[in-house]
Amino acid sequence: MTEKKLTKGNIALAEGAIQAGCRFYFGYPITPQNDIPEYLARNLPKHGGTFIPAESEIASINMVMGASASGKRAMTSSSGPGISLMQEGISYLAGSEMPAVIVNIMRCGPGLGGIAPTQGDYNQAVHGGGHGDYRNIVLAPGSVQEMFDLTIKAFELADRYRNPAMIIADAMIGQFQEPCRLTPERPVEFPEKSWALTGRRGRDPRLLKSLYLGDYEQEEHNLFLKQKYDEIQENEVMVEMQNLDDAELIIIAFGTPARVAKTAISLAREEGLRVGLIRPITLFPFPVNEIYEHSARAKNILVVEMNTGQMVRDVRIAAHKDAAIHFYGRPGGGFPFPDDVLGEIKKALGGGAR
Amino acid sequence: MYYDVIMAGFGGQGIQMISQIVALAAIRKGLNVTYLPSYGVEKRGGRTNVTLVIADEEIGSMVSNHPKCVIAMDTIAVDKYKAQVAPKGLLIANASLVPLAMLDRSDIVPLPLRCNDEALALGSAKLSNMIALGAFLQRSEILGFGDVEAVIDEVTPERLKKTIPANLEAIRRGIEIAANGSVR
Repeated sequence: MTEKKLTKGNIALAEGAIQAGCRFYFGYPITPQNDIPEYLARNLPKHGGTFIPAESEIASINMVMGASASGKRAMTSSSGPGISLMQEGISYLAGSEMPAVIVNIMRCGPGLGGIAPTQGDYNQAVHGGGHGDYRNIVLAPGSVQEMFDLTIKAFELADRYRNPAMIIADAMIGQFQEPCRLTPERPVEFPEKSWALTGRRGRDPRLLKSLYLGDYEQEEHNLFLKQKYDEIQENEVMVEMQNLDDAELIIIAFGTPARVAKTAISLAREEGLRVGLIRPITLFPFPVNEIYEHSARAKNILVVEMNTGQMVRDVRIAAHKDAAIHFYGRPGGGFPFPDDVLGEIKKALGGGAR
Repeated sequence: MYYDVIMAGFGGQGIQMISQIVALAAIRKGLNVTYLPSYGVEKRGGRTNVTLVIADEEIGSMVSNHPKCVIAMDTIAVDKYKAQVAPKGLLIANASLVPLAMLDRSDIVPLPLRCNDEALALGSAKLSNMIALGAFLQRSEILGFGDVEAVIDEVTPERLKKTIPANLEAIRRGIEIAANGSVR
């Protein structure tokens, strides 16, 4: 057994990137993710990597694009406004089918907002954010261990599907500490990159682009991407499910609210209330089948988010038509404590559906 | 077993130090731990607090607003966290700085300790956090002196290694005071 070390979420993520073979990091500082560049500035060069403090987030994402085009594993991290600035680049990555990992330790906006934990950027990450008809692969860690493991996963998925992968976490997941195994669970996958721009001597030229002007070329490209997204949806859903067998109410939450929900669920069960949990670990692909299947039986869903209601819309689309869907949201600056969630559980079980 | 504690005071009182010791000792005992340091806009000499959850089961929430124990090292910490202590919970307060009249909740167990005075008697005011840690060990009963002794070297930065014997002595003193009741 590998020894577990008390580790901060952001540090686990940064170390995960190194162990995933990321050798290029570009970023511009912003709280609450500064531990990531701080750690990588110190440690990436020790692994032969390159750390560049870029002049802006726009520069960061375009540097990521350059490193990715050459077939290297590259990452940037930021928060709120910085991620907004990167959206054009993320869209280009998706359109040109270039893998990259983008980390958003969320800030509560809109605007400059604050540094309290929040999940206000769900829609931005999951439903575009940049222009065009694309999807990010989106991973949502719920523990320090997952900050490490899912960062490795993000690089693997990004390469496997030649698509940007985003990791989104609230500041609580970024800042708190837990015992963490800082070695990969299994050997990290490195797929061949027969598309990478590595110098054309001795082979046919390669081209990475997102401009398609010929008749139906763009449509063809979009339909091709759609097929890829369908494949991701089919194969890559990750979800944690607890206490569902006898549940009459299912809480659906990711990140910190899912942690809080676990405590609320054990309090509820002590009082004889049958409550279970579905925690999406991938936000795209979203666990639609799991939600449909379990909501058909439990008939009651409570979505808990640290925003005014973003993932709940995807839950409404996924859930069985007969399930009543309740929502409890605490936007940035507020916080859902376990007894708050317990109160919402009781309200939801007391009737009053939407 | 599920135990949550909030430790709070001002920067420099060694709150992070004792919480690191407790966290690591608990991990070494095979327990699950979450460690949430004060988080926000920080400045030197500002407020500091830590929420620790220790359990032999999976830990859900890393945040607690009804902890079983609060260690309050000054009046501001008592003000902020006294109302949050769970009923029948423990409020360890640094009575060198906190007036006893502030510990007026009748449904919790107040444990006032003159941490600064006790520390000074042992030779350094900097040992006050260890007095509180000793009292916490004695009352919470989740960790013993030996558990803490085993990890203190690992937690202590190189430049402070020479303070370890004094720290251990202060922890023993804290245990002793808490076992005998508290200051009147």
